[in-house]
Amino acid sequence: MKDDVVICRCEDVTYGEIVRAIESGLTTTEELKRVLRCGMGPCQGRTCSRLIARIIAEKTGRDIEEVAYPVVRPPTRPTEIGILAGDDEK
Amino acid sequence: MRSSAECVIIGGGVVGTAVAYYLAKRGMRDVVVLERDFLASGATGRCGGGIRQQWSTEPNTRLAIESVRIWKTLEDELDADIEFLQGGYLVLAYTDDDVAQFEKNVGLQRGLGLAVETLSPEEILTEVTPHLNTEGVRMATWCAEDASANPFLTTQAYADAARRLGVEIELWTPACRIIVEGGRVAGVETPRGKISSPFVVNAAGGHSVPLARTAGVELPVTPYRREILVSEPLERFLDPMIISFSYGVYFRQTKHGAVIGGFADPDAPEGFDESSSLAFLVSMTKKLRHLMPILAPVKIVRQWAGLYDVTPDAQPILGATDGVEGLFQANGFSGHGFMIAPKVAELLAQAIAGEEPELDIERLNARRFEGGDFTQDRSVV
Ligand SMILES: Cc1cc2nc3c(=O)[nH]c(=O)nc-3n(C[C@H](O)[C@H](O)[C@H](O)COP(=O)(O)OP(=O)(O)OC[C@H]3O[C@@H](n4cnc5c(N)ncnc54)[C@H](O)[C@@H]3O)c2cc1C
Ligand code: FES
Repeated sequence: MKDDVVICRCEDVTYGEIVRAIESGLTTTEELKRVLRCGMGPCQGRTCSRLIARIIAEKTGRDIEEVAYPVVRPPTRPTEIGILAGDDEK
Repeated sequence: MRSSAECVIIGGGVVGTAVAYYLAKRGMRDVVVLERDFLASGATGRCGGGIRQQWSTEPNTRLAIESVRIWKTLEDELDADIEFLQGGYLVLAYTDDDVAQFEKNVGLQRGLGLAVETLSPEEILTEVTPHLNTEGVRMATWCAEDASANPFLTTQAYADAARRLGVEIELWTPACRIIVEGGRVAGVETPRGKISSPFVVNAAGGHSVPLARTAGVELPVTPYRREILVSEPLERFLDPMIISFSYGVYFRQTKHGAVIGGFADPDAPEGFDESSSLAFLVSMTKKLRHLMPILAPVKIVRQWAGLYDVTPDAQPILGATDGVEGLFQANGFSGHGFMIAPKVAELLAQAIAGEEPELDIERLNARRFEGGDFTQDRSVV
């Protein structure tokens, strides 16, 4: 894959950036997410998590099943503050 | 993994990695950091990234002021972008108690050299942000030199700089037991073997208490769950952190553009629970919508939780341990360990390296609680 291929579209993170981070010792989706933001965009990793896991598996020689996906944090779908806050009771 | 070291640091959060860096900088390079998961996986990677110098006790204020001095040039020193931004902190007063307390705080803070102002509600709108709903706000204190930074990048930067100086950082390696022999620390046990060492630092955040217990030490630190959330990225509209102790809220816009914020639920039970709650999501979004009505259409993308390691006076436990020579504590940060990490870590490194710490850290020793005579910092969110 070419270095400038965008893997995480929400956060504009490229294949090259991910590979360099893996080579620097960040070998889990959780670590990559914290440093590169890949998986933290509005789609919350729906589009990119599997791709990232596959790159980790490839570069570390692990089985893709062993590479855990990042923890999915609520709310599962981005939701407006005005809706979450509901009616004001006071 | 090494089987011996000059110093073993337990915990790869901002504090543990910073202590490692400052030790290595002083020439103590045979240092191992043990992190049971990955860097910044504890409170550090879950925190708000706020850097505030406006406190109500002298030690917290001084540690924060001295830390900001370091923060200002830290990107150059560590040769990394950590998203440091001096956007200021606006602290809102809603009650008579707030107003009286803030007057005292400002006196103390100015006495220590901090440039802090008081603002009327009108001045908040013209000088800080036109978007704030000032309903019920009596006044505010404002320090333009308060700041924020990215906690992951900061921890990574300290770790990388420490590694360049020879420090070894062992990820996925928990410390199972601190080994004590004849009143002295002798090393640390891990599932990958033992590391013998004359110095051990307990920088395990919320987990410092069970860890200290393995050395027969009881720390007056209690873990509490604290929740936080983040929005989608927005165009830059807000530089400062906005907080209130009585209304219970803090929030800011990150360099990336997202609004990040939370509050400390006074009814949160103590313990190691790090799950997130719907109750928090609802209360926090109500607070955000109330304080900044323009945020109503903004989407929340994520919420999570982390642990505060709280001491009875909301000041950290720092330094030597009575009864166990060579064991140093750096914990009990009570929700503000990120901002003061640079100075705290430097002071601790000085103490471990046998130098006289630049600031008196004896007053932050755990033994201060024995007499029951201590002053609690009131400026906690
Ligand atoms: C929601 C929230 C918001 C916050 N907001 C702010 C803020 O805006 N500004 C601020 O200054 N502070 C804030 N804080 C507080 C701040 O996050 C902490 O005080 C600070 O990060 C403490 O850093 P630490 O390195 O001591 O602890 P941690 O980051 O918790 O690091 C401890 C590390 O030790 C590891 N560990 C634990 N046990 C073991 C073991 N037995 N062996 C090996 N490793 C172990 C953990 O995995 C962890 O990585 C906030 C905290 C929370 C939870
Ligand atoms: S594509 Fe990576 S978070 Fe959406």
